[in-house]
Amino acid sequence: MISDYFSLAFRNLKKRGIRSWLTLLGIFIGVAAVVSLISLGNGLQLAVNSQFGVSSTEIISVQAGGLNAYGPPGSAVSDPLTIDDVEAINKLSVVDRAIRRNIPSGKLEFNNKVIFGFAMSIPSGEDRKFTYEELDAESIKGRLLGESDNGNVVLGYNFYANKVGLEKSVDLGDTVKVNDKQFKVVGITKKKGSFIFDNIVHMNDEPLKDLMGYGDDVDLIAVKVKNKDLMDKAKKDIEDLLRKRRNVDKGEEDFEVSTPEAAMETVNSVLNGVKAFVALIALISVLVGALGIVNTMTTSVLERRKEIGIMKAIGAKNSDIFMQFLIEAGLLGLIGGFIGAVFGTLIGILGIIGINNFIGSSASVNIDFVLIFLTLTGSFLVGATAGLIPAMRAAKQNPVEALRG
Amino acid sequence: MKTLIDLKKVMKYYYMGEEVVKAVDGIDVSIREGEFVAIMGPSGSGKSTAMNLVGSLDLATKGAIYLDGENIEQMEESELAQLRGKKIGFIFQQFNLIPNLTAKENIMLPMLFQEVNLEDREDRAEELLNLVDLGDRMDHYPNQLSGGQQQRVAIARALANNPDIILADEPTGNLDTKTGELVMGFLEKFHKEGKTIIMVTHDPNLAKAYASTIYWLKDGKIEKTTKGKVKNNKKRGM
Ligand SMILES: Nc1ncnc2c1ncn2[C@@H]1O[C@H](COP(=O)(O)OP(=O)(O)O)[C@@H](O)[C@H]1O
Ligand SMILES: [Mg+2]
Repeated sequence: MISDYFSLAFRNLKKRGIRSWLTLLGIFIGVAAVVSLISLGNGLQLAVNSQFGVSSTEIISVQAGGLNAYGPPGSAVSDPLTIDDVEAINKLSVVDRAIRRNIPSGKLEFNNKVIFGFAMSIPSGEDRKFTYEELDAESIKGRLLGESDNGNVVLGYNFYANKVGLEKSVDLGDTVKVNDKQFKVVGITKKKGSFIFDNIVHMNDEPLKDLMGYGDDVDLIAVKVKNKDLMDKAKKDIEDLLRKRRNVDKGEEDFEVSTPEAAMETVNSVLNGVKAFVALIALISVLVGALGIVNTMTTSVLERRKEIGIMKAIGAKNSDIFMQFLIEAGLLGLIGGFIGAVFGTLIGILGIIGINNFIGSSASVNIDFVLIFLTLTGSFLVGATAGLIPAMRAAKQNPVEALRG
Repeated sequence: MKTLIDLKKVMKYYYMGEEVVKAVDGIDVSIREGEFVAIMGPSGSGKSTAMNLVGSLDLATKGAIYLDGENIEQMEESELAQLRGKKIGFIFQQFNLIPNLTAKENIMLPMLFQEVNLEDREDRAEELLNLVDLGDRMDHYPNQLSGGQQQRVAIARALANNPDIILADEPTGNLDTKTGELVMGFLEKFHKEGKTIIMVTHDPNLAKAYASTIYWLKDGKIEKTTKGKVKNNKKRGM
């Protein structure tokens, strides 16, 4: 019986004019937004998380400038942190170890091509081990830098994958020129899916300092806290210390102390903001779509009064008429939702591919069938709900009056 | 023979503001099983209103209508729908086929409301279309059929659930004489097979030729009752 109503409803929908289909735009946009957002959102989150390569949650990073905690620190900081700041932080009771990191920009030459990018200082001794642990660095070819590697570099994965603009992949044993000085490549790091770490040049601190001349200035201080539970206290102590050392008041800091948690929170809150915005748009679209369905169904009931009268004359109960129109409205919603889901999924897939290509991340594309099923069910229900009152009106038609048309 | 349709002082009034339109104003009629009855009268005399009351499409303002001994004025909406679907077949002047459905699907529809399964519906619809000589028009839409063909589909649809009563409101009103006669031929045939038929017509010759009793309406009342040429109403099943 129900299937007969569905096929009847399909027959009626096929005869509908363009106007009916236009009312589906709302449902379509709403569903497309939700589906693309969710499939994109998961990927986006993955991509963002992998960008910053946050592996250990016990690391606090300190930067001057306080503009952007992540990404290569800008060179335009007027009052950079120094090695003395590192020493001072190292003396704090909650701090296990504080190490300097410099991430200067420079030019790299290979295959007669020149590119500009970032190098990262790798400290010596215990700090070297700590740095590798903290960054979760691993080589897939060759090895990571050791103490005797002052004439050598390790390159990010993208050099090997030929994705840095050199038009030729760089391999072990090759020689590259960094700021006109020759270095031998002794290792390639594992792919991290991050445009920072996959494009960076590892170099021991000493040769890098000689090459770039940053002296005692420090771009970033990575701080390992003695105990995870002390993160907040450590952050506060470091802030107090630096305020004193740099002579700034609370609220006017020209530096930033960020915990990975806080950083992730910032990223997530931006993502959540985007999500909420898209969800709002989706909600409004669906509402508009539902109103559109109310409107077309009402028109349709008026236009098909005679048909309703005929159906009643040949034995249709009020409930039959009601079901007929309700299912028709539900199907309208479902069709809008179906097209929206297809589009949304496509946008999600294309978006993820785009993000991956753009920033070299490796978020995977996955079609969420549960999500699609839920949105389709939802679309049908939205349509049916919108059709409730028109269907009730249709059912209540007096047969004689309806027959008169 | 037993009385199938019994109208007792049936009235249907329409209230238009101050004015009262007495569309049907006290009709007493008994129609026996297997009878072929014609209703005649000037336009606006209440013929259609009376038909709709008998067909339970509308409820009387006053009075009682018994179908097969049951007072339809006391039935609920869903019971009335069942009654219309099972016991009554309507034929209208304007054919009233559903435009989105093919000839065959139009005939299948009344059976859908009686929850007949798909296969039986298809078989029955095909059988009926063959009966009205439209076996080659099964998948045509109403707008692809002539008026006479549409009316034959409507007749087939009226017979879908094998009803006892056929109510035909000016069935030849929109047809030329020749196609009108063809349609009347089918009504006559079903009458002979035992259907009780009530037909509204403007054509006294048709009424006299096919009906055994003719009721003449005027201003919602029966003005006179005359006999047609048909003497005996055949028994069911012949
Ligand atoms: N819904 C209605 N509202 C008001 N008056 C009506 C309505 N239906 C029918 N009438 C009136 O009732 C009278 C009988 O109508 P009807 O039964 O259609 O006549 P007939 O079929 O004999 O031409 C007419 O005067 C008509 O105007
Ligand atoms: Mg009439």
